[in-house]
Amino acid sequence: MPEQSFVLNGEKVTVDVADDVRVLWVLRDLLGVTGPKYGCGINVCKACTSHINGKAFNPCSVPVGEVGDDDEITTIEGLPDTAPEDQRGPHGLHPMQEAWLERDVAQCGYCQPGQIMAAVAVVRRARDEGRQVTDADLDGIRNICRCGTYTRIREAIRAGEQSM
Amino acid sequence: MSQHSGTTSPHTEDTRAVDGSAVADDSRGTSRRHFLGYVLGGTTLMAAADLGLFASPAEATIPTIPSIPELYDLNDLLTHAAMPTANLIAISVNEDGTASFALPRAEVGQGITTSTAMIIAEELELPLDKVRITLAPARPELLFNQLTGGSNTTISTYTPIRVAAAIAKLELLKAAAILLGDTIGNLVAKGGVIEAPDGSSVTYGELARKAASPTTKKVEVDLKSSAGFGIVGTPQNRIDAIDAVTGTKTYTTDLQVPDALPTMICRAPTLNGIPLAIENKAEVLALAGVTDVALIDTGVAVRAETFGQAIDGVRALKVRWQDGPVAGESDASVLTRLKKAELPMPALPKNPLAKTVSADFTFWFRSNSAMDTNSAVADVRNGKATVWAGLKSPIIAKQAIAKELGLGEADVEVNVVQSGGSFGRRLFHDAALEAAKASKAIGKPVKLMWHRADDARVGRAHPMATSRVRASLLGNEVLAFHQSHTSVETDFRHGLGEIVTAMAADLPAGLGNLGFAETIFTLTQEVPYNFGVVLQTLAETDGRFNTGSMRNIYSPDVRCANELMVDLLAKEAKLDPYTFRRKMLRIKAVRGVLDKVAEVGEWGKAMPAGTAQGIAIHKEYKGVSACLVEIDCRPETVNRKVRDAVTGPRVTKVTYAVDVGLPINPRGLEAQMQGGINDGIALALTSSLHLREGHFMEGSWDNYFYTRQWNTPPEVNVIVMPPSSDQPGGAGEAGVAASFAAVACAYARATGTVPTEFPINHGEISFEEKPRVPPVPQSPTDGLDHTY
Ligand code: FES
Ligand code: FES
Repeated sequence: MPEQSFVLNGEKVTVDVADDVRVLWVLRDLLGVTGPKYGCGINVCKACTSHINGKAFNPCSVPVGEVGDDDEITTIEGLPDTAPEDQRGPHGLHPMQEAWLERDVAQCGYCQPGQIMAAVAVVRRARDEGRQVTDADLDGIRNICRCGTYTRIREAIRAGEQSM
Repeated sequence: MSQHSGTTSPHTEDTRAVDGSAVADDSRGTSRRHFLGYVLGGTTLMAAADLGLFASPAEATIPTIPSIPELYDLNDLLTHAAMPTANLIAISVNEDGTASFALPRAEVGQGITTSTAMIIAEELELPLDKVRITLAPARPELLFNQLTGGSNTTISTYTPIRVAAAIAKLELLKAAAILLGDTIGNLVAKGGVIEAPDGSSVTYGELARKAASPTTKKVEVDLKSSAGFGIVGTPQNRIDAIDAVTGTKTYTTDLQVPDALPTMICRAPTLNGIPLAIENKAEVLALAGVTDVALIDTGVAVRAETFGQAIDGVRALKVRWQDGPVAGESDASVLTRLKKAELPMPALPKNPLAKTVSADFTFWFRSNSAMDTNSAVADVRNGKATVWAGLKSPIIAKQAIAKELGLGEADVEVNVVQSGGSFGRRLFHDAALEAAKASKAIGKPVKLMWHRADDARVGRAHPMATSRVRASLLGNEVLAFHQSHTSVETDFRHGLGEIVTAMAADLPAGLGNLGFAETIFTLTQEVPYNFGVVLQTLAETDGRFNTGSMRNIYSPDVRCANELMVDLLAKEAKLDPYTFRRKMLRIKAVRGVLDKVAEVGEWGKAMPAGTAQGIAIHKEYKGVSACLVEIDCRPETVNRKVRDAVTGPRVTKVTYAVDVGLPINPRGLEAQMQGGINDGIALALTSSLHLREGHFMEGSWDNYFYTRQWNTPPEVNVIVMPPSSDQPGGAGEAGVAASFAAVACAYARATGTVPTEFPINHGEISFEEKPRVPPVPQSPTDGLDHTY
């Protein structure tokens, strides 16, 4: 069985698994990292949203063989460490997570790790383009929340953007 | 069929409070504060109360005016069902200064662990973060009293939990009095510390052992007066919020049970088809990662090292199937059957001058799929079974699993896990039972997860229904209002049905002999308007589908049909929809929320052509709500493009007011209403299942169009009305019906056409159907091309 290595939340990991197994299963079933959630397995619901080299991606749709030794995968568990110490909030978390707490966004919570990872990427993307997050950016987020927390997600992204 | 009728003379003002009891007369005994409870024998303090305690006596008479649910509704039935069971719930005070409580209900996102912690913190005088709530495993001795449904949790548990907490505080005070050498009356309990006037103090943690009783004894106690509340009624964040945002909140599929490997089921190409034989078992067993393949009655189970490899196995299987019971059928054929089951509408009163207004509506199948698909962990070996799953009715699950496995109930342990949503789905134990079967067939532990495609296609759905409404109008008075609702059968075999059957003899006269669907319909539906002779009936037919409630059973559809008719009547009466409702409402609390949304949402303001406001009300769960929406149906909005999505009309603004009697956690309530609004929008505009050739087409969230960010209103304002009672009402479902109805009314006003089917887009198929064989789609491999 091929050895798969990558950097996960700042630490090098190596797993014995076939190339075609999607990263979501490597994370959840083999490494026990369960923050990224399964909601569809076909890159639709976005519950599994995590980051690869700082950009949002959906691990359910990436074969682990395509991830290189030096690629850095960040799941919700590793998000706080990506924020500079002085940006972390009262709970020691990433400003977007803090904004989520502040607005009490989560309901059942199942979609929320993916929502937060998407939100961080949306803010970064706008920033790279030298602008603020717009209503169109928010309308374009594909992550589903079946509990219907969309209103608070929108508010929290705007607040999180300020402290990021 | 059930009927209840009531004649109300036009314009009678009914000053009933939210719960239907007369305002002046405290007939429900809601101010009762003296109760009996227990201290349980043990080494640390454990205080208990009978879960059957309720602050009011059962209503025993059926009025003809007003309608039944106003005096005895589904929540009374659920609450009173508990009374004879006489079983205890206990709060423990621990040596670390915390209190713990195992809630015999399921947390599925509705926030009951938070509200329960708040109720305990309030009565026990303990900081909120010192209260630990877990979910109790199946406790068969609770009989009917472990069902989470009908938005009933807080209504039924509020008093018993308070009594147990009050007894705990009293016992702590007694122990402190001895220790501090003072009388109880002089001591003050606050923030987990008891203080004497001389400044000496002792913490709850220090008292936990000293306050313990070696034997169980009865204790009388007075509850705190609501005037002194400092936590209940204040906005609080969810107690599981940090776990949720850090990814540490544990759902069923996150559980790490040794050797419980990922397992998925290969299902038939027609709904509820049956597997006859596996044709290539050896081939599938040879696939990388696959450990086991076994035939069970719902399909073929594949167990593997990872879910990805289980999906590979499911896709590779060749199975011979027997067609399911709806093979060859479609929406249209089911609707034809449904229409045949419609009963003749009763005749309206004869009045040659009156005008008859009629409207017929169709509500298509809808999926109650949650984000967290059906799942369960099961270990069935050596004559014992242990199961973990999100279960709102765990006692029934335990009994069904024991029966299926041929085990005694004592050999089956059923643990309740928090779930990622329910919307009615987790009243059933479909996944728990299936996981038990798979584990038994394989002889190893399994972690069963339904693929999204299975969850959407085979998972439970809200039944298709028609609603016919007829009203008779004379001038601007309504002489009669008749509504006949006909539905594909709703499955109640999850405990609610059993409760109704068991309670039949105790129900108010005339209800006991109805079937349980009719009983529930009669106990939940009402028309809160002065509409003369009001008649609402239900007929159910066709039990071939996997059905259940979906954030309510009948109310959203019934209410939508109802309120569209109210708008039609208003038009005939030449009154604006708000003025007409205001004039016709006979319940003061409903008028209160209606006025609120009209004022805050600026009812009647000028709107551009192609856009409009819509307004609607609802009354249920011992609460009332009103919703005012603005919708944009202009072509540039309707035709906006989003990849693989349904756009269509956009609800741009929502104002929602809710009065639940006593709001325990206004922030949680606001969240529930926001969620309900998104459900209402989906029901009105976008979300339905399409049956074709004996199976549902939808296999993904890009096929089944629940509200997405591009559909959600950019502006939402929820107003939680100040307490109007000292008893809490239900919250979980209270946001849906008025929202659905208001969106439908707004759409009709914006377009000039009253829709006759819901959702309005059901007629178009807006996606390409995924294959039925294999039953689940393969995961894409191009994820790295779509990073952002
Ligand atoms: S599970 Fe990855 S997008 Fe749905
Ligand atoms: S919080 Fe439940 S799915 Fe989003």
